[in-house]
Amino acid sequence: MMETVLEHPLAGPAQTGPPQTGRAVPVQAPQMSQATVWLVAVRDQRDKDAFGDLFDYFAPRLKGFIMRSGTGAAQAEEIVQDVMLTVWRKAAMFDPHRAQASAWIYQIARNRQIDIIRKESRPIPDELAQGPEAEPDASQILAFDQEAEQLKTALDLLQPDQKEMIEKAYLGDLTHQEISVQTGLPLGTVKSRIRLGLNRLRRELKGLR
Amino acid sequence: MSAITHHIPEDMMAAYAAGTLPHPYAMVVAAHISLCSECRAALGAYHAVGGALLEKTANIAVTNSLKSNVMAMLEAPVQPKPVYDSQGIYPGPVMEALQGRSPRWKTLGMGVKQSILSETDSGSVRLLYIPAGQAVPDHSHNGLELTLVLQGSFSDETGRFGVGDVEIGDEDLEHTPIADAGDACICLAATDAPLRFNAFVPRLLQPFFRI
Repeated sequence: MMETVLEHPLAGPAQTGPPQTGRAVPVQAPQMSQATVWLVAVRDQRDKDAFGDLFDYFAPRLKGFIMRSGTGAAQAEEIVQDVMLTVWRKAAMFDPHRAQASAWIYQIARNRQIDIIRKESRPIPDELAQGPEAEPDASQILAFDQEAEQLKTALDLLQPDQKEMIEKAYLGDLTHQEISVQTGLPLGTVKSRIRLGLNRLRRELKGLR
Repeated sequence: MSAITHHIPEDMMAAYAAGTLPHPYAMVVAAHISLCSECRAALGAYHAVGGALLEKTANIAVTNSLKSNVMAMLEAPVQPKPVYDSQGIYPGPVMEALQGRSPRWKTLGMGVKQSILSETDSGSVRLLYIPAGQAVPDHSHNGLELTLVLQGSFSDETGRFGVGDVEIGDEDLEHTPIADAGDACICLAATDAPLRFNAFVPRLLQPFFRI
Protein backbone atom coordinates (compact mmCIF):
# COMPACT_ATOMS: atom_id res chain seq x y z
CA MET A 1 0.00 0.00 0.00
CA MET A 2 2.81 2.36 0.93
CA GLU A 3 4.56 1.63 -2.38
CA THR A 4 1.54 2.75 -4.34
CA VAL A 5 1.66 6.07 -2.55
CA LEU A 6 5.36 6.52 -3.16
CA GLU A 7 5.07 5.71 -6.88
CA HIS A 8 2.51 8.43 -7.28
CA PRO A 9 4.18 11.44 -8.90
CA LEU A 10 2.73 13.81 -6.31
CA ALA A 11 4.39 11.81 -3.56
CA GLY A 12 7.84 12.48 -4.98
CA PRO A 13 8.94 15.50 -2.94
CA ALA A 14 7.74 13.89 0.30
CA GLN A 15 10.49 11.28 0.01
CA THR A 16 13.21 13.78 0.70
CA GLY A 17 11.81 15.22 3.91
CA PRO A 18 9.81 13.96 6.83
CA PRO A 19 6.48 12.46 5.78
CA GLN A 20 3.87 15.14 5.27
CA THR A 21 1.01 13.42 6.90
CA GLY A 22 -1.43 16.18 6.07
CA ARG A 23 -1.22 15.34 2.39
CA ALA A 24 -1.11 11.57 2.44
CA VAL A 25 -4.02 10.92 4.77
CA PRO A 26 -7.40 11.01 3.06
CA VAL A 27 -9.70 13.63 4.50
CA GLN A 28 -12.67 11.32 4.87
CA ALA A 29 -10.95 8.57 6.82
CA PRO A 30 -13.37 6.01 8.22
CA GLN A 31 -13.97 6.47 11.91
CA MET A 32 -12.85 4.20 14.66
CA SER A 33 -15.77 3.00 16.73
CA GLN A 34 -16.68 5.23 19.63
CA ALA A 35 -16.03 2.41 22.10
CA THR A 36 -12.49 1.94 20.75
CA VAL A 37 -11.80 5.67 20.97
CA TRP A 38 -12.98 5.76 24.60
CA LEU A 39 -11.04 2.68 25.58
CA VAL A 40 -7.83 3.94 23.99
CA ALA A 41 -8.28 7.26 25.82
CA VAL A 42 -8.69 5.34 29.07
CA ARG A 43 -5.61 3.30 28.28
CA ASP A 44 -3.31 6.11 27.16
CA GLN A 45 -4.56 9.15 29.09
CA ARG A 46 -6.33 7.47 32.02
CA ASP A 47 -9.22 9.64 30.86
CA LYS A 48 -12.01 9.46 33.45
CA ASP A 49 -14.55 11.21 31.23
CA ALA A 50 -13.97 8.64 28.52
CA PHE A 51 -14.30 5.94 31.17
CA GLY A 52 -17.60 7.47 32.24
CA ASP A 53 -18.81 7.28 28.62
CA LEU A 54 -17.67 3.70 28.41
CA PHE A 55 -19.55 2.97 31.63
CA ASP A 56 -22.74 4.62 30.36
CA TYR A 57 -22.61 2.57 27.18
CA PHE A 58 -21.56 -0.82 28.49
CA ALA A 59 -22.89 -1.04 32.07
CA PRO A 60 -26.59 -1.41 31.14
CA ARG A 61 -25.68 -3.84 28.35
CA LEU A 62 -23.50 -5.85 30.69
CA LYS A 63 -26.29 -5.96 33.24
CA GLY A 64 -28.79 -7.15 30.63
CA PHE A 65 -26.31 -9.65 29.29
CA ILE A 66 -25.44 -11.08 32.70
CA MET A 67 -29.07 -11.26 33.82
CA ARG A 68 -30.04 -13.14 30.65
CA SER A 69 -28.03 -16.08 31.94
CA GLY A 70 -30.12 -16.24 35.10
CA THR A 71 -28.08 -14.09 37.49
CA GLY A 72 -30.14 -11.90 39.83
CA ALA A 73 -30.12 -8.10 39.52
CA ALA A 74 -28.07 -7.43 42.65
CA GLN A 75 -25.34 -9.91 41.79
CA ALA A 76 -25.39 -8.77 38.16
CA GLU A 77 -24.59 -5.23 39.32
CA GLU A 78 -21.74 -6.53 41.45
CA ILE A 79 -20.34 -8.24 38.38
CA VAL A 80 -20.83 -5.10 36.27
CA GLN A 81 -18.89 -3.16 38.90
CA ASP A 82 -16.05 -5.72 38.89
CA VAL A 83 -15.97 -5.78 35.10
CA MET A 84 -15.85 -2.00 34.73
CA LEU A 85 -13.13 -1.72 37.38
CA THR A 86 -11.17 -4.41 35.55
CA VAL A 87 -11.61 -2.45 32.31
CA TRP A 88 -10.06 0.57 34.05
CA ARG A 89 -7.22 -1.36 35.71
CA LYS A 90 -6.34 -3.62 32.80
CA ALA A 91 -6.81 -1.07 30.03
CA ALA A 92 -3.06 -1.26 29.33
CA MET A 93 -3.67 -4.80 28.06
CA PHE A 94 -6.21 -3.63 25.45
CA ASP A 95 -4.73 -3.81 21.98
CA PRO A 96 -7.15 -2.63 19.28
CA HIS A 97 -5.01 -4.45 16.70
CA ARG A 98 -6.00 -7.74 18.26
CA ALA A 99 -9.53 -7.29 19.60
CA GLN A 100 -12.58 -5.09 19.35
CA ALA A 101 -13.50 -3.13 22.45
CA SER A 102 -16.75 -5.08 22.81
CA ALA A 103 -14.99 -8.43 22.38
CA TRP A 104 -12.40 -7.46 24.97
CA ILE A 105 -15.06 -6.41 27.46
CA TYR A 106 -17.18 -9.49 26.69
CA GLN A 107 -14.23 -11.69 27.59
CA ILE A 108 -13.63 -9.90 30.89
CA ALA A 109 -17.32 -10.17 31.78
CA ARG A 110 -17.53 -13.84 30.92
CA ASN A 111 -14.39 -14.67 32.91
CA ARG A 112 -15.71 -12.83 35.94
CA GLN A 113 -19.15 -14.39 35.70
CA ILE A 114 -17.73 -17.90 35.40
CA ASP A 115 -15.29 -17.43 38.26
CA ILE A 116 -18.28 -16.51 40.42
CA ILE A 117 -20.60 -19.27 39.18
CA ARG A 118 -17.99 -22.00 39.35
CA LYS A 119 -16.14 -20.60 42.37
CA GLU A 120 -12.85 -21.38 40.68
CA SER A 121 -10.47 -19.40 38.57
CA ARG A 122 -10.98 -19.98 34.88
CA PRO A 123 -7.80 -20.92 32.99
CA ILE A 124 -6.79 -18.05 30.71
CA PRO A 125 -4.13 -18.18 27.96
CA ASP A 126 -0.86 -16.32 28.41
CA GLU A 127 -1.12 -12.71 27.34
CA LEU A 128 0.88 -12.02 24.22
CA ALA A 129 3.79 -9.72 24.83
CA GLN A 130 3.18 -6.35 23.21
CA GLY A 131 4.73 -6.40 19.79
CA PRO A 132 7.75 -4.25 18.95
CA GLU A 133 5.64 -1.97 16.73
CA ALA A 134 4.68 0.95 18.90
CA GLU A 135 3.08 2.71 15.95
CA PRO A 136 -0.66 2.08 15.83
CA ASP A 137 -1.82 0.67 12.52
CA ALA A 138 -5.06 2.51 11.94
CA SER A 139 -6.15 0.34 9.03
CA GLN A 140 -5.96 -2.81 11.13
CA ILE A 141 -7.87 -1.20 13.99
CA LEU A 142 -10.51 -0.03 11.55
CA ALA A 143 -10.76 -3.47 10.01
CA PHE A 144 -11.54 -4.91 13.45
CA ASP A 145 -14.07 -2.21 14.18
CA GLN A 146 -15.78 -2.76 10.84
CA GLU A 147 -15.88 -6.49 11.46
CA ALA A 148 -17.65 -5.81 14.75
CA GLU A 149 -20.22 -3.66 12.95
CA GLN A 150 -20.74 -6.36 10.34
CA LEU A 151 -21.17 -9.00 13.02
CA LYS A 152 -23.90 -6.95 14.62
CA THR A 153 -25.64 -6.53 11.26
CA ALA A 154 -25.29 -10.25 10.57
CA LEU A 155 -26.80 -11.07 13.97
CA ASP A 156 -29.83 -9.00 13.05
CA LEU A 157 -30.24 -10.96 9.81
CA LEU A 158 -30.35 -14.35 11.49
CA GLN A 159 -33.57 -16.29 11.80
CA PRO A 160 -35.01 -15.75 15.27
CA ASP A 161 -34.47 -19.37 16.29
CA GLN A 162 -30.87 -19.35 15.07
CA LYS A 163 -30.21 -16.13 16.91
CA GLU A 164 -31.76 -17.49 20.06
CA MET A 165 -29.52 -20.56 19.95
CA ILE A 166 -26.37 -18.52 19.52
CA GLU A 167 -27.44 -16.24 22.36
CA LYS A 168 -28.10 -19.20 24.58
CA ALA A 169 -24.72 -20.71 23.78
CA TYR A 170 -22.99 -17.41 24.58
CA LEU A 171 -25.10 -15.93 27.30
CA GLY A 172 -26.17 -18.88 29.35
CA ASP A 173 -24.07 -21.05 31.55
CA LEU A 174 -25.26 -23.79 29.26
CA THR A 175 -23.59 -26.63 27.44
CA HIS A 176 -25.15 -27.92 24.24
CA GLN A 177 -26.54 -30.73 26.34
CA GLU A 178 -28.20 -28.32 28.75
CA ILE A 179 -29.57 -26.21 25.91
CA SER A 180 -31.21 -29.30 24.49
CA VAL A 181 -32.82 -30.04 27.85
CA GLN A 182 -34.01 -26.46 28.27
CA THR A 183 -35.45 -26.13 24.78
CA GLY A 184 -36.68 -29.69 24.40
CA LEU A 185 -34.79 -29.97 21.11
CA PRO A 186 -32.69 -33.07 20.53
CA LEU A 187 -28.97 -32.52 20.84
CA GLY A 188 -28.26 -33.01 17.13
CA THR A 189 -30.78 -30.32 16.22
CA VAL A 190 -29.29 -27.91 18.73
CA LYS A 191 -25.80 -28.43 17.37
CA SER A 192 -26.90 -28.01 13.77
CA ARG A 193 -28.86 -24.85 14.63
CA ILE A 194 -25.80 -23.36 16.29
CA ARG A 195 -23.63 -24.42 13.38
CA LEU A 196 -26.12 -23.05 10.86
CA GLY A 197 -26.23 -19.79 12.78
CA LEU A 198 -22.45 -19.52 12.87
CA ASN A 199 -22.13 -20.46 9.19
CA ARG A 200 -24.71 -17.88 8.30
CA LEU A 201 -22.77 -15.32 10.33
CA ARG A 202 -19.57 -16.28 8.56
CA ARG A 203 -21.22 -16.02 5.14
CA GLU A 204 -22.61 -12.61 5.95
CA LEU A 205 -19.15 -11.51 6.98
CA LYS A 206 -17.50 -12.88 3.85
CA GLY A 207 -19.99 -11.05 1.70
CA LEU A 208 -19.13 -7.82 3.42
CA ARG A 209 -15.35 -8.20 3.30
CA MET B 1 10.35 -26.80 16.86
CA SER B 2 7.95 -28.23 14.31
CA ALA B 3 4.68 -26.51 13.47
CA ILE B 4 1.56 -27.36 15.41
CA THR B 5 -0.69 -29.62 13.35
CA HIS B 6 -3.26 -30.87 15.87
CA HIS B 7 -5.51 -28.05 17.06
CA ILE B 8 -8.55 -27.48 19.25
CA PRO B 9 -11.74 -28.58 17.44
CA GLU B 10 -14.22 -25.83 16.64
CA ASP B 11 -17.02 -26.89 18.98
CA MET B 12 -14.59 -27.13 21.87
CA MET B 13 -13.23 -23.66 21.09
CA ALA B 14 -16.78 -22.31 21.00
CA ALA B 15 -17.50 -23.89 24.39
CA TYR B 16 -14.27 -22.46 25.81
CA ALA B 17 -15.10 -18.97 24.49
CA ALA B 18 -18.58 -19.20 25.98
CA GLY B 19 -17.14 -20.48 29.24
CA THR B 20 -19.09 -23.73 29.23
CA LEU B 21 -16.13 -26.09 28.92
CA PRO B 22 -15.37 -28.06 32.12
CA HIS B 23 -12.32 -26.83 34.01
CA PRO B 24 -9.82 -29.63 33.16
CA TYR B 25 -10.41 -29.20 29.42
CA ALA B 26 -10.41 -25.43 29.73
CA MET B 27 -6.90 -25.66 31.16
CA VAL B 28 -5.68 -27.67 28.16
CA VAL B 29 -7.37 -25.27 25.73
CA ALA B 30 -5.87 -22.23 27.49
CA ALA B 31 -2.42 -23.87 27.50
CA HIS B 32 -2.71 -24.76 23.80
CA ILE B 33 -3.78 -21.22 22.87
CA SER B 34 -0.76 -19.93 24.78
CA LEU B 35 1.38 -21.86 22.26
CA CYS B 36 -0.74 -21.58 19.10
CA SER B 37 -1.42 -18.30 17.29
CA GLU B 38 -3.91 -19.95 14.95
CA CYS B 39 -6.18 -21.00 17.81
CA ARG B 40 -5.62 -17.66 19.53
CA ALA B 41 -7.06 -16.02 16.43
CA ALA B 42 -9.98 -18.47 16.42
CA LEU B 43 -10.71 -17.60 20.04
CA GLY B 44 -10.61 -13.93 19.07
CA ALA B 45 -13.28 -14.59 16.44
CA TYR B 46 -15.55 -16.21 19.02
CA HIS B 47 -14.96 -13.33 21.41
CA ALA B 48 -15.92 -10.96 18.60
CA VAL B 49 -19.27 -12.72 18.29
CA GLY B 50 -19.64 -12.51 22.07
CA GLY B 51 -18.86 -8.80 21.91
CA ALA B 52 -21.44 -8.25 19.17
CA LEU B 53 -24.06 -10.11 21.24
CA LEU B 54 -23.14 -8.00 24.25
CA GLU B 55 -23.68 -4.81 22.27
CA LYS B 56 -26.99 -6.16 20.94
CA THR B 57 -28.31 -7.22 24.34
CA ALA B 58 -31.28 -5.27 25.62
CA ASN B 59 -30.14 -2.67 28.13
CA ILE B 60 -31.18 -2.97 31.74
CA ALA B 61 -30.59 0.28 33.60
CA VAL B 62 -28.15 0.07 36.47
CA THR B 63 -28.95 1.68 39.83
CA ASN B 64 -27.94 5.33 40.01
CA SER B 65 -25.26 4.84 42.64
CA LEU B 66 -23.37 2.20 40.67
CA LYS B 67 -21.54 4.66 38.43
CA SER B 68 -20.53 6.98 41.27
CA ASN B 69 -19.36 3.97 43.30
CA VAL B 70 -17.23 2.72 40.45
CA MET B 71 -15.82 6.19 39.69
CA ALA B 72 -14.93 6.57 43.37
CA MET B 73 -13.11 3.26 43.37
CA LEU B 74 -10.90 3.95 40.36
CA GLU B 75 -7.94 5.20 42.37
CA ALA B 76 -8.43 2.85 45.29
CA PRO B 77 -5.40 0.66 45.91
CA VAL B 78 -5.91 -2.94 44.84
CA GLN B 79 -4.12 -6.08 45.77
CA PRO B 80 -3.33 -7.48 42.37
CA LYS B 81 -4.06 -11.15 41.89
CA PRO B 82 -0.82 -13.05 41.28
CA VAL B 83 -0.13 -13.45 37.58
CA TYR B 84 1.66 -16.63 36.59
CA ASP B 85 3.79 -16.25 33.50
CA SER B 86 4.96 -19.18 31.47
CA GLN B 87 8.15 -20.79 32.79
CA GLY B 88 10.27 -23.01 30.59
CA ILE B 89 7.99 -25.49 28.88
CA TYR B 90 5.01 -24.70 31.10
CA PRO B 91 2.50 -22.10 29.79
CA GLY B 92 0.90 -19.62 32.20
CA PRO B 93 -2.30 -21.63 32.83
CA VAL B 94 -0.17 -24.60 33.93
CA MET B 95 2.04 -22.39 36.10
CA GLU B 96 -1.13 -21.04 37.71
CA ALA B 97 -2.31 -24.56 38.52
CA LEU B 98 1.16 -25.25 39.92
CA GLN B 99 0.93 -21.95 41.83
CA GLY B 100 4.31 -21.00 40.45
CA ARG B 101 6.10 -24.08 41.78
CA SER B 102 7.80 -26.93 39.97
CA PRO B 103 5.72 -30.06 39.35
CA ARG B 104 5.77 -32.61 42.16
CA TRP B 105 6.34 -35.82 40.25
CA LYS B 106 5.10 -39.16 41.54
CA THR B 107 6.55 -42.27 40.00
CA LEU B 108 4.18 -44.64 38.23
CA GLY B 109 6.87 -47.17 37.32
CA MET B 110 9.08 -47.74 34.24
CA GLY B 111 10.28 -44.16 34.48
CA VAL B 112 6.77 -42.78 33.88
CA LYS B 113 5.79 -40.04 36.32
CA GLN B 114 2.73 -37.88 36.91
CA SER B 115 1.93 -34.70 38.77
CA ILE B 116 -1.78 -34.17 39.43
CA LEU B 117 -2.76 -30.51 39.03
CA SER B 118 -6.40 -30.76 39.96
CA GLU B 119 -8.99 -33.40 40.54
CA THR B 120 -12.63 -32.55 41.05
CA ASP B 121 -16.03 -33.93 40.21
CA SER B 122 -15.74 -32.39 36.76
CA GLY B 123 -12.57 -34.38 35.99
CA SER B 124 -8.85 -34.31 36.49
CA VAL B 125 -5.87 -32.67 34.88
CA ARG B 126 -2.29 -33.83 35.30
CA LEU B 127 1.20 -33.60 33.90
CA LEU B 128 2.66 -36.83 32.54
CA TYR B 129 6.38 -37.49 32.12
CA ILE B 130 7.28 -40.30 29.72
CA PRO B 131 10.94 -41.18 29.04
CA ALA B 132 11.95 -41.38 25.37
CA GLY B 133 11.02 -44.71 23.83
CA GLN B 134 8.71 -45.55 26.71
CA ALA B 135 5.05 -46.37 26.16
CA VAL B 136 2.32 -44.71 28.12
CA PRO B 137 0.46 -47.57 29.71
CA ASP B 138 -2.14 -48.96 27.35
CA HIS B 139 -5.39 -47.30 28.34
CA SER B 140 -8.84 -46.34 27.23
CA HIS B 141 -11.07 -43.63 28.65
CA ASN B 142 -14.47 -43.47 30.16
CA GLY B 143 -14.95 -40.07 28.69
CA LEU B 144 -12.99 -37.53 26.70
CA GLU B 145 -9.23 -37.20 27.13
CA LEU B 146 -7.25 -34.19 25.92
CA THR B 147 -3.47 -34.50 25.78
CA LEU B 148 -1.28 -31.50 25.02
CA VAL B 149 2.44 -32.06 24.37
CA LEU B 150 4.69 -29.59 26.22
CA GLN B 151 8.07 -31.23 25.58
CA GLY B 152 9.34 -33.94 23.24
CA SER B 153 6.77 -35.84 21.20
CA PHE B 154 4.83 -39.05 21.11
CA SER B 155 3.33 -41.24 18.43
CA ASP B 156 0.42 -43.62 18.55
CA GLU B 157 -1.98 -45.39 16.22
CA THR B 158 -3.42 -42.07 15.09
CA GLY B 159 -0.25 -40.11 14.31
CA ARG B 160 2.62 -38.08 15.73
CA PHE B 161 2.16 -35.32 18.29
CA GLY B 162 4.82 -32.69 18.92
CA VAL B 163 5.05 -29.64 21.16
CA GLY B 164 1.76 -27.73 21.08
CA ASP B 165 -0.22 -30.56 19.48
CA VAL B 166 -3.41 -31.74 21.17
CA GLU B 167 -4.71 -35.27 20.91
CA ILE B 168 -8.43 -35.72 21.46
CA GLY B 169 -9.28 -39.20 22.65
CA ASP B 170 -12.86 -40.33 23.08
CA GLU B 171 -14.26 -43.51 24.52
CA ASP B 172 -13.56 -45.48 21.39
CA LEU B 173 -9.87 -44.64 21.21
CA GLU B 174 -7.73 -47.43 22.57
CA HIS B 175 -4.23 -46.24 21.91
CA THR B 176 -0.67 -46.82 23.01
CA PRO B 177 1.23 -43.55 22.85
CA ILE B 178 5.01 -44.06 22.74
CA ALA B 179 7.38 -41.20 23.50
CA ASP B 180 9.64 -40.57 20.51
CA ALA B 181 13.42 -40.58 20.73
CA GLY B 182 15.00 -37.42 22.08
CA ASP B 183 13.80 -35.48 25.11
CA ALA B 184 11.43 -37.15 27.52
CA CYS B 185 7.85 -36.40 26.55
CA ILE B 186 5.94 -34.17 28.97
CA CYS B 187 2.20 -33.78 28.43
CA LEU B 188 -0.72 -32.03 30.02
CA ALA B 189 -3.61 -34.50 30.12
CA ALA B 190 -7.22 -33.80 31.07
CA THR B 191 -10.04 -36.26 31.52
CA ASP B 192 -13.59 -36.04 32.79
CA ALA B 193 -13.29 -39.53 34.26
CA PRO B 194 -10.52 -41.77 35.57
CA LEU B 195 -8.37 -43.35 32.88
CA ARG B 196 -8.84 -47.09 32.45
CA PHE B 197 -5.45 -48.69 32.23
CA ASN B 198 -5.53 -52.06 30.53
CA ALA B 199 -2.13 -53.19 31.66
CA PHE B 200 0.85 -51.86 33.58
CA VAL B 201 -1.08 -50.66 36.59
CA PRO B 202 -3.43 -53.32 37.87
CA ARG B 203 -6.96 -52.03 38.07
CA LEU B 204 -7.03 -52.56 41.81
CA LEU B 205 -4.19 -50.12 42.24
CA GLN B 206 -5.83 -47.35 40.24
CA PRO B 207 -7.47 -45.67 43.21
CA PHE B 208 -4.09 -45.73 44.93
CA PHE B 209 -2.39 -43.96 42.04
CA ARG B 210 -5.46 -41.81 41.47
CA ILE B 211 -5.40 -42.47 37.74
